[in-house]
Amino acid sequence: MSDLVLSSPLESAHLALGARLIPFGGWAMPVQYSSILTEHAAVRQNAGVFDISHMGQVFVSGTHSAEWLDSVLTNNFSQLLPGQGQYTLMLNEDGGVIDDMIAYKISETESLLVVNASMIAQDVAWLEKHLVAGVSLRNESSEWAGLAIQGPAAVEIFHQLFPQETLPPRNGIASLADGSIVCRTGYTGEDGYEFFCPAQQGIARFEQFIAAGAIPCGLGARDTLRLEMCYPLNGNDLSPKLSPLEAGLGFFCDLTKPNFIGLSALLSQKEQGLDVKLCAIELTEKGPPPRPHYPVLSAEGEILGELSSGVLSPTLGIGIAMAYLPARHSKIGTPLLIDIRGRHFKAVTVKKPFLKK
Amino acid sequence: MSASNIPADLFYQSSHEWARIEGDVATVGISDHAQAELTDVVFVELPAMGKTVDAGDPTAVVESVKAASDIYAPLSGEVIEVNPAVEADPSLVNSDPYAAGWIFKLRLTKPDQVSSLLSPQTYAELLGS
Repeated sequence: MSDLVLSSPLESAHLALGARLIPFGGWAMPVQYSSILTEHAAVRQNAGVFDISHMGQVFVSGTHSAEWLDSVLTNNFSQLLPGQGQYTLMLNEDGGVIDDMIAYKISETESLLVVNASMIAQDVAWLEKHLVAGVSLRNESSEWAGLAIQGPAAVEIFHQLFPQETLPPRNGIASLADGSIVCRTGYTGEDGYEFFCPAQQGIARFEQFIAAGAIPCGLGARDTLRLEMCYPLNGNDLSPKLSPLEAGLGFFCDLTKPNFIGLSALLSQKEQGLDVKLCAIELTEKGPPPRPHYPVLSAEGEILGELSSGVLSPTLGIGIAMAYLPARHSKIGTPLLIDIRGRHFKAVTVKKPFLKK
Repeated sequence: MSASNIPADLFYQSSHEWARIEGDVATVGISDHAQAELTDVVFVELPAMGKTVDAGDPTAVVESVKAASDIYAPLSGEVIEVNPAVEADPSLVNSDPYAAGWIFKLRLTKPDQVSSLLSPQTYAELLGS
């Protein structure tokens, strides 16, 4: 991995707003502007705008591109109509997760993959390795700025800024008259959209969304918002050693497709039963915020694993976390203990997501 | 970033704790600069009453949304009082770091250690303000 830290095309705007930048996936990105709690609340109650320029944009074109994407991704891409998108995963031969992403069908011959920042190079290398004749890839990650506008007021803000344009339906993608791309997707559990424009227009667009009422939000709030919804973060909750079935993402894996990389591993795992499952865990007593890597124990004190993610939920006011637990301890309502600096705090497995909407 | 408030009647250490010395008792908290760097404090773990600590020992924990930070005893002594108000409302550490946001009190066993703490002027220089 290179030590080079990449900068967002919006960096000068972030610094002007007083943002603190942290390294994330090889990029220097804002973790917060004013307060994670304030930014979190803005998204739940009104609207926030996140810089997602670090995420990757990979365009796939060719007459057989949909068919090919079905051979390298878990979800059923061919069934999408032009203008639709879906959450999907890219697996290795063992069924482990290389990356999770959203795949959009722009037309029958052109698709867009929006992938995790830290995985752009590996994803493109993997896709190129499995490329077939008649399909081509364009990694345009460095050419686009990305903004995620999220929250109950996000739609109203769009109509205010683009009175002539129409937002696509949930999970959909549309091109605007000026060449920008808008996707009705996000990572917060709120209504909203992800807006991609040429990198040099990024700051102007970012400032427009803020002027229209969206609060600038950083990675800190992005993490608390996504975890309240149990959305996995690759590198924390997903791993090349764990399958999407173990991650509880079977809904996004079409095991009836003729083939895709990792399918045979998923089929045998399904037949044999899962050893571990990614569980949602709530602290049931007042305690410090749960954090990644804290040990998880059974009620009897046996070490079962460690937290993959954990925060003090700003909305619920309790500690929430996820962890891969042995299947016998994964049933909803199973009492657990979380070890925080040597003290044990009571917790329980609960139904996903934490925030019922 | 706005200049930090550094009261003149307190002593400091480079890890950003302050100490108010009254006789053989030191009241300890974190500086305005430290609370601004941490931002939203969401949890304070207080030390056990009666615990004896050496100067430099991790004695309490202050947690923001993103990170847990150890609070180091500026002086050696015995924990004789803790502030239940910051346990109930951790945001006091942000809103009033030098008064309502104090964390624990030590009965000093080596009062001459006070001379090794930073003066307000030296602490201000450390912050570059």
